[in-house]
Amino acid sequence: MPGLGATFGRGGATNFQEDLANSDCIVIEGSNMAECHPVGFQWVSEAKARGAKVIHIDPRFTRTSAIADLHVPLRIGTDIAFLGGLIRYVLDNELYFKEYVVAYTNAAALVSEQFVDSEDLDGLFSGFDPESNTYDEASWQYEPEEPPHSGSDDPAGAAEQDRREQDPEIKKTDKAQAAGSGGPPIAAKPKRDETLQHPRSVFQVLKRHFDRYTPEMVAEVCGIEPEVFLQVARWVTKNSGRERTTAWVYSVGWTQHSVGAQYIRTCSILQTLLGNIGRPGGGILALRGHASIQGSTDVPTLYNLLPGYLPMPHALQHGSLDEYCADAAGKAGFWGNKRAYMTSLLKAWWGDAATPENDFAFDYLPKIDGDHSSYRTIADMIQGKVSGYFLVGENPTVGHPNGRMNRFGLANLDWLVVRDLQMIESATFWKESPEIETGELAPETIATEVFFVPAASHAEKEGTFTQTQRLLQWRHKAVEPPGDATSDLWFYFHLGRILRERLAGSTDPRDRPLLDLTWDYPTHGPDQEPSADAVLREINGTGPDGRAVSGYLELKDDGSTSCGCWIYSGVYADEVNQAARRKPGREQGSVAAEWGWAWPYNRRILYNRASADPDGRPWSERKAYVWWDEEAGRWTGLDNPDFEATKRPDYVPPDGARAQDAIGGADPFVMQGDGKAWLFAPAGVVDGPLPTHYEPAESVVENALYKQQANPTLEHIEGPWNRENPPLSDVFPFQVTTYRLTEHHTAGGMSRTLPYLSELQPEFFVEVSPELAELRGLTNGEYATLVSSRTAIEAKVLVTERIRPIRLRDGQVVHQIGMPYHWSYSGISTGDGANDLLGIVLDPNTHIQEDKVSTADIRPGRRPRGPELIEFVEGYRQRAGVPSGRVGVNGRDPVAAEAGEGSKL
Amino acid sequence: MTSVSSASPAFTGRDPDNRLYGPLPDVQAEAGYDGDHPARVGFFTDTSVCIGCKACEVACKEWNFLPMDDAHGVRDVMGLSGMSYDNTGQLGANSWRHVAFIEQTRTVDLPMPTFGRPGDDRNDTGRSVTDGPNDESLATAQQSSVLNAEALSEFDPQTGQSGTDKQIRWLMSSDVCKHCTHAGCLDVCPTGALFRTEFGTVVVQGDICNGCGYCVPSCPYGVIEQRKGDGRVFKCTMCYDRLTDGLQPACATACPTQSIQFGNLDELQARADARLATLKSQGVETARLYGRDEDDGVGGAGAFFLLLDEPEVYGLPPDPVVTTRDLPAMWKSAGAAAAMILGVALSAVLGSRRK
Amino acid sequence: MKTWLDAWPVFRQLTGADPLGRGLAARSKATENVVSRTATADRVVQSVCPYCAVGCGQRIYVKDEQIVQIEGDPDSPISRGRLCPKGSASKQLVTSPTRVTTVKYRRPFGTEWEDLELGTAMEMIADRVLEARRKGWQDENDGKRVNRTMGVASLGGATLDNEENYLMKKLYSALGAIQIENQARI
Repeated sequence: MPGLGATFGRGGATNFQEDLANSDCIVIEGSNMAECHPVGFQWVSEAKARGAKVIHIDPRFTRTSAIADLHVPLRIGTDIAFLGGLIRYVLDNELYFKEYVVAYTNAAALVSEQFVDSEDLDGLFSGFDPESNTYDEASWQYEPEEPPHSGSDDPAGAAEQDRREQDPEIKKTDKAQAAGSGGPPIAAKPKRDETLQHPRSVFQVLKRHFDRYTPEMVAEVCGIEPEVFLQVARWVTKNSGRERTTAWVYSVGWTQHSVGAQYIRTCSILQTLLGNIGRPGGGILALRGHASIQGSTDVPTLYNLLPGYLPMPHALQHGSLDEYCADAAGKAGFWGNKRAYMTSLLKAWWGDAATPENDFAFDYLPKIDGDHSSYRTIADMIQGKVSGYFLVGENPTVGHPNGRMNRFGLANLDWLVVRDLQMIESATFWKESPEIETGELAPETIATEVFFVPAASHAEKEGTFTQTQRLLQWRHKAVEPPGDATSDLWFYFHLGRILRERLAGSTDPRDRPLLDLTWDYPTHGPDQEPSADAVLREINGTGPDGRAVSGYLELKDDGSTSCGCWIYSGVYADEVNQAARRKPGREQGSVAAEWGWAWPYNRRILYNRASADPDGRPWSERKAYVWWDEEAGRWTGLDNPDFEATKRPDYVPPDGARAQDAIGGADPFVMQGDGKAWLFAPAGVVDGPLPTHYEPAESVVENALYKQQANPTLEHIEGPWNRENPPLSDVFPFQVTTYRLTEHHTAGGMSRTLPYLSELQPEFFVEVSPELAELRGLTNGEYATLVSSRTAIEAKVLVTERIRPIRLRDGQVVHQIGMPYHWSYSGISTGDGANDLLGIVLDPNTHIQEDKVSTADIRPGRRPRGPELIEFVEGYRQRAGVPSGRVGVNGRDPVAAEAGEGSKL
Repeated sequence: MTSVSSASPAFTGRDPDNRLYGPLPDVQAEAGYDGDHPARVGFFTDTSVCIGCKACEVACKEWNFLPMDDAHGVRDVMGLSGMSYDNTGQLGANSWRHVAFIEQTRTVDLPMPTFGRPGDDRNDTGRSVTDGPNDESLATAQQSSVLNAEALSEFDPQTGQSGTDKQIRWLMSSDVCKHCTHAGCLDVCPTGALFRTEFGTVVVQGDICNGCGYCVPSCPYGVIEQRKGDGRVFKCTMCYDRLTDGLQPACATACPTQSIQFGNLDELQARADARLATLKSQGVETARLYGRDEDDGVGGAGAFFLLLDEPEVYGLPPDPVVTTRDLPAMWKSAGAAAAMILGVALSAVLGSRRK
Repeated sequence: MKTWLDAWPVFRQLTGADPLGRGLAARSKATENVVSRTATADRVVQSVCPYCAVGCGQRIYVKDEQIVQIEGDPDSPISRGRLCPKGSASKQLVTSPTRVTTVKYRRPFGTEWEDLELGTAMEMIADRVLEARRKGWQDENDGKRVNRTMGVASLGGATLDNEENYLMKKLYSALGAIQIENQARI
């Protein structure tokens, strides 16, 4: 989550769910918490029972809205305008938490003279290159303290790395995501103006940037009454400050946008101004939708990351370990220790083969040199560039946008391995997909070998999930998996074992990384199940004595320590599986620190040094959390301090201090190079140092704020199988949003196959307003067909007042269609796949797709079947001026559109 | 059976000779359990905090191994009901919990009413983070809170510039067998399959039920139903087996927001009374308890509810009366009639003898 | 004599404190023997719900090596024993009759699934990984050293354990595979 990472230094949620009970006001925005996280929602209920206000900001009236104090039905895709309006309200009315802002943020920092704001360039910031659609961030930097790179061991190297950062090819590789733990690197500490009056101070830049986001502008863009906006503003500001705190809760309602990272940035700026970060009942809670989705970025199976958010080495930038660590040399905060974390990771992977002489086997790591993310890879598959693919508990032909494109990708592989519990659609695309019916795919033309290798369920294996607030919880194994089902740990361990056996004796240098790999995990049982406990211990890391280290501060860069994921270091402290701790909650304080283990260092509220004032005293008794105990000479309180325990609040870093020693005693954001929360992000977010309202890529509304309609840096994937609906198109006149229901789970493999869940939501449906139903002749309970440039799908119609059209000031009426995305053709509860309707455009920071908002047409009745479907959609494309979407065998080659065919309308 | 209004003077509910009607201080003793039987237990379903997640429905089915549903025998093919998010429809042999979804809207005139609401300018009082462990249960906290008062006293303001502004409210409520003080199903069961447990609940014994179906029309709520293909009747047992292990029923265990509360009935009643008073004091005038009153037509329910609208809105009968209420009176009348017939016959015989 | 008479409901009804036969006198044999399957389980295992990321605690009851019940763990400070409908249905997830528990294989241009031994499948997959790795190998790209393969890609779900993700990333990296992705991107 680069939005959080760039602002605070870590990508994880800042607080934990139970802490919501301490909130005085909770704003749920970009999340349908009651439906998607019902059990977590008990903490919202609890806060409400204690008198907190609960506000739900969402285009749809959902089960969350139903028990909120206020529902704000803003237009889809306008959250930055809404939040920007709140920022302006806070600044204009001087309602920010002044002492907090001055002390703990970069408000006082001065921005370079070269910086030009989007307000002055009609929606673009300085440094935009229209050729590559990327920004050169050089002009966004701070005005540095003299001399630059003070304290750096290798100023030339660091400067060189800073320069290379701006290469478009490097920008395309999600650099921002590496800020998941450890803020983005900055060249130097900035000049400051503590009065915040300097025109180039971040504070003043911020003020000017949001000056036009007035309540009236918010009302116009978002389609709500100014009075409703002001009500939210009043509740939020009255419930923030010394005595009170407000929490913000978001989920994929924010991330799945072409400006998703900037949504989160806007909220981060607001919550920082209000002084709600690092304090009980405050914070920004990212609610993740999968059991270990936080874990899957912490210990990533992501192309651009190594464990602990270390970046994957880049071919243009990281020829050696020295180059890899150059941006960290001598810098304050996290980056100062990068070499220790990386060396320890290399030791964990290559053991004795990683030596100082061979750069600790740094060269064994493959290098990236562009975007290798999932969607790009699918496009490569269609072009025959990828031979084999593993799908491990993922069902992309249903769960990812543009199912048709995904299926074409799978149809052009040499082989596919699917590991799952049920026979999911991604395993049966070759015989049952919708494209079989249209004739675009046929078993006889698909060469893909498919292996379905059954997987063990959560109850049939042991290991840790990392839940939404960075908490690792160990699952004990209840029973053996049935038949051939195995854990994924078993699968990968034994696959690796077999591969190593095959290559044993090879002299090819390219096989060395595999043969030198530490791969000797103990196994047990008749199936030789590898020990998950041993893997967790390797992740934790060991010291020179071979014993588990107690945390990452013990890691060294000389090869004497090993650690598989530095941020998880401590999960096996004292040779104890800390994630398996289960002291009952009722026997502990509200923080319950002895249940599981949270990274980093079992801290539950991040940046909690900020719950005390610069002198180390609680801001108020009511919100006391972590404070300085002068007598004991250490930080104490309810939680583990997210700070060096004995660093005095009045500590001032000496000249030449490095890493954590360069962070002052009153700088709570310890992962940032300057110890501050970033209102303005001089680095770390590729589409602008400040958030700006852009319309979604597929919007029916013109951008009211700037000439620049959509995010100028958004990423497109071109191909006949991924056509985009033009913005402002009469052919695709309605906005569509996708979402989940309580009764189902993601792509449905874990819910549509279960009787009790299937009967609760038995069929694919879409939700429309009575107004749209009347406009298009749709009937409750009957079928409707939705059409985009990708395809057409059919769904039952639910007509409900909970979906509402929005009339903008100029009289334009925006109709919104709600579309849960769980369905496809397999299982007990079935229907067309909502995701087939969507195309893929990506947030340039994260490569996350914009599937929360798109456009479509809707009409009564069922969709055409077979080849007629192709003609039907092609007709829409022609009328909308979209290039043909016809494809050749297996979706491979584009086919020119035949004149004279087309619409049957 | 004659139709008699519950206001009929003949049925005050205090008739010592009518054991099928009126308040009963100890239903278990009435059913033969001795003095040290467990306290009567029940459900208090507070619909004002229900989030409509249906965990209760699933947890119930999982625990009780209920078949997948065509619940009410009407919707044989599983499909979308088109009734908001309710695809269960009603209680039945295979659905012992049913969450109703009611969407309500009303048109409003712009400009919107003001937003001055209770609690806007509260003082900084209340629990501090440092107050210690989370031992305070949500249920306890709710009694003295303003929970939902604003959302529920008024419809949510769906403001905007569309010119067709409506306020919307989405009510959700988890229905269940009421475990009546006077249970019609139990009173008419000819086989003794239905019985009153030591916990005061009403349970069908599957090894006794012969599927005669007499109980089905005797339930004033339409709860009990015969299972197709089996013939026997099934309904909520309040997880009788779990109770014997000291556990709560499956639905109450799962309920994320404690909308379903399980406990000793007298404690639940006190909690509900307090909760109602809180809501009323916060201006939620439409809040009411349903099934709480011991003087009602079933002698009070073991499973009662806090509703935010008329019972009919939720599909509940407004004034349920146990169908066996009139039984003793009818037997009395029948007895008198029989005596009269006997007398007539006797006098005829005797009279004839006199001849 | 007395025992069988006691077992006769009518006798109990006529002689006991339950003259209407609605409670004590009506209790059947099955009712007298009722027992909760939580009480008869061989063991209870503490686990975590596999659906969303709230991280609700689960208690898994096992009898004769079969899961007989999964419910919320009241010890969990996060969930306090509660579960949503998905979490409440997770026993069905594990015991679903439609779960596929044997290896299925579809050969190129095949029209039906075929059965395959797990061991055979593992060997075949290993063959194909090595071949794809070789086919897609790049020592350099645009003159820069990359030592990687573009032949093997992977996409994981976010219900993978940390330990599993770790082994995946470690093995793939050693193989030189870089197109390694996860639901976390989505």
